[in-house]
Amino acid sequence: MKSTNPVWKFFVSVKLTVFLLLSLAATSIIGTVIPQNADPEVYFHKFGPFLFRLFDVLDIFDMYHAWWFQLLLLLLVSNIVVCSIDRLSATWKLIFPRNLVFKPARFEKLEKKERFSVKRPPDALEAAYTAFAAKKFGRRQIDKTEKGFVVFAEKWRWTRLGVYIVHLSVILLIVGAIIGSLFGFKGFANIPEGESVDHVRLRDSGRMLPLGFTIRCEDFNISFYDTGAPKEFRSSLTILENDQAVVKKDIIVNDPLRYRGISIFQASYGEMAPEKKPDHDFSTENIQLNFTVKASGMVYKRKVEIGKPVDIPEGHGTFTLMEFNPSAEFRGQNIGAAMFGVLSPLQGEPVEVLLPLHFPNFDKMRRGEVVISVADQEAETFSPAQKDDVRYYTGLEVNKDPGVWVVYSGFIIMIAGCFITFFMSHQQICIEVSRKGDNSDVRVMGIANKNTMGMQRKVEKIAGHLAKLRGNP
Amino acid sequence: MNSSQLLSFVTFAYGFAATFYVAAWVFKKTMPARLARWAAIIGVVVNVAGFILRWKESYDIGYGHAPLSNMYESLVFFALTIGILYLFVETRYKTHIVGAFATPIAFLAMAYASLSPNISDKIQPLIPALKSNWLIAHVVTCFFGYSAFAVAFGVSIMYLIKSRASEKENGLLARLPGLKMLDELTHQMVMFGFLFLSIGIITGAVWANSAWGTYWSWDPKETWSLVTWFVYATLLHARMMRGWYGKKIAYLSIIGFAAVLFTYFGVNYLPGLHSYGSV
Ligand code: HEM
Repeated sequence: MKSTNPVWKFFVSVKLTVFLLLSLAATSIIGTVIPQNADPEVYFHKFGPFLFRLFDVLDIFDMYHAWWFQLLLLLLVSNIVVCSIDRLSATWKLIFPRNLVFKPARFEKLEKKERFSVKRPPDALEAAYTAFAAKKFGRRQIDKTEKGFVVFAEKWRWTRLGVYIVHLSVILLIVGAIIGSLFGFKGFANIPEGESVDHVRLRDSGRMLPLGFTIRCEDFNISFYDTGAPKEFRSSLTILENDQAVVKKDIIVNDPLRYRGISIFQASYGEMAPEKKPDHDFSTENIQLNFTVKASGMVYKRKVEIGKPVDIPEGHGTFTLMEFNPSAEFRGQNIGAAMFGVLSPLQGEPVEVLLPLHFPNFDKMRRGEVVISVADQEAETFSPAQKDDVRYYTGLEVNKDPGVWVVYSGFIIMIAGCFITFFMSHQQICIEVSRKGDNSDVRVMGIANKNTMGMQRKVEKIAGHLAKLRGNP
Repeated sequence: MNSSQLLSFVTFAYGFAATFYVAAWVFKKTMPARLARWAAIIGVVVNVAGFILRWKESYDIGYGHAPLSNMYESLVFFALTIGILYLFVETRYKTHIVGAFATPIAFLAMAYASLSPNISDKIQPLIPALKSNWLIAHVVTCFFGYSAFAVAFGVSIMYLIKSRASEKENGLLARLPGLKMLDELTHQMVMFGFLFLSIGIITGAVWANSAWGTYWSWDPKETWSLVTWFVYATLLHARMMRGWYGKKIAYLSIIGFAAVLFTYFGVNYLPGLHSYGSV
């Protein structure tokens, strides 16, 4: 279909493809350098008013959903569709010809031809050669010539469709993603142990969405390796319909529960109540701190008062205790009573230091020159809480994505399509046998639509095989 | 003998192979090439042994997972895939000169894994998100892709060097394989890499979907692998446009490999979630 329509011409070009692919590659990088979907305040603080407004107008803070990024994707899809229609209509007849015609001239033009002679006349070889071609290639045609015969054979003509399969897969991915965003949702729910929800909060709008059934969290368990790294998060869930339990399942990360097209994933967890009792009886009158200087290994004990800087020994600056918190948190975990202070080194920026009463080694994590700890306190090892004294809530990701099967079929056919396109080709061979006295002169030639070098090696192999075939006596 | 010792030996074997491949090229001798080939083969065999031993060790400690879960382990596997792929290329294309450009990359990967103070060779337990068979499929396919791109990168460098040589020259440059073959080899490697990168991204997406319920979330590592994929898709298409032969393709292949390296290492310096790549 040779069209003169300028729109069609615009979309049919591979130049546009290259332009779009490079533009997508370049612009995608932006969102990896500027973290996406953070609080506006964070951005404002970081970029200042001018850049903030500019980026905001361009949707840089949610760029993968920005109109211009989606437009690039849309152009790519149009490019693929138009290009495929254009080329497919031209090559369809080539791929599925009504009757196969071999053109000897195309083989004659080849630079490399394999040649050998056999001490037998052509008639003796014909059956064996034909059988060989049939076995290796399938489709074949035998022509008699003045001095002997020619076998043409070919296979894998259909692999010329490979690129169309790849391109179709790209379209499926995008269509699947669109279906997902139109008809699916992404939500989350935090459920305390023993409680239930029948709504989830949507990630993008913050709206509550009724599920049509109830999820109850019977129990949540977390286990740790002895290194302290988490080993498993496990929620025992029950699905209820009209107060009747219909499904029970323990979910862990990588093993969700699927019910009525909705998937429920283990995403996070948290604690409902503080795990440590606040130390209200701790006196802030008489506080002593240990300063362990790394370089010398010396430990110095110093009395400190809230708000009054003290000098750190060996010239490491000053330390000011700021406040006492009977129930402090560190990364969402309750660590009991703790001091909070500011360390001002002689050079460099002041740093904030957290000093939990019960964990004298806690400040080592900061990796500073000096390790500070609260003196004369009972030491415990810093370990996650025992199960009994906490009540957890489980954080669930609750999603529905009806487009996922379209995307997955896109995945499969993309792999198949790439394999076909890259590693299979439409191959044709021509074996020409001519009488020379009592012997036969044999020439073997091969053409493939891709990977010419690979085809040459193949032709050499075939010639080697044929040279060994003796044929009928 | 533990796996770290075996793997230190591998570093040495690849270093030896790299040195002798270069020597074979520079001094136009076949003896060093033969030594280099043996060193590369031994390196690959011991690399596999170290990989398996480390796998067993992780079971002995009680963690029990394939050694594909942190930077050290992925570098070891990267070196292995480059080694295997290179030996395949040498056998199939019957040229050892490519070795001078490919085995140094395997050596660098191993040396970086063994020597960098930021990379721990301790066997660590798997965090919950990584406990998935998709992890294995994902890492294995990604690294076959990466190593094909690494070889393509080496060959592209050869192409650029060679294309500056004049016709009559008979020094070092003349001994490089012909431009046509280098171009073809780059293309073959890029196709192989593209297939595996695609499978790698796909298995990663399926894994993300089973762990978090979204097959794609535009986190920096995902996005960079997609950027890489776009660059190589560009290369494949550019080859079909008139005027985009040889040199331009070689440059694209080098840019593509830079994107691979950024996906692999650079992303750790960006804000993001992909915990597995971190040291
Ligand atoms: C992300 C999007 C795309 C991907 C992943 C992709 C992938 C591929 C691949 C793998 C090939 C085979 C290359 C080879 O044989 O070495 C190919 C060929 C081709 N692509 Fe694309 N493609 C994409 C988009 C497009 C678009 C938008 C067009 C529209 C112009 C297009 C036009 C072509 C053409 C004309 C060929 C050559 C077919 C032939 O050799 O007969 N591609 N594509």
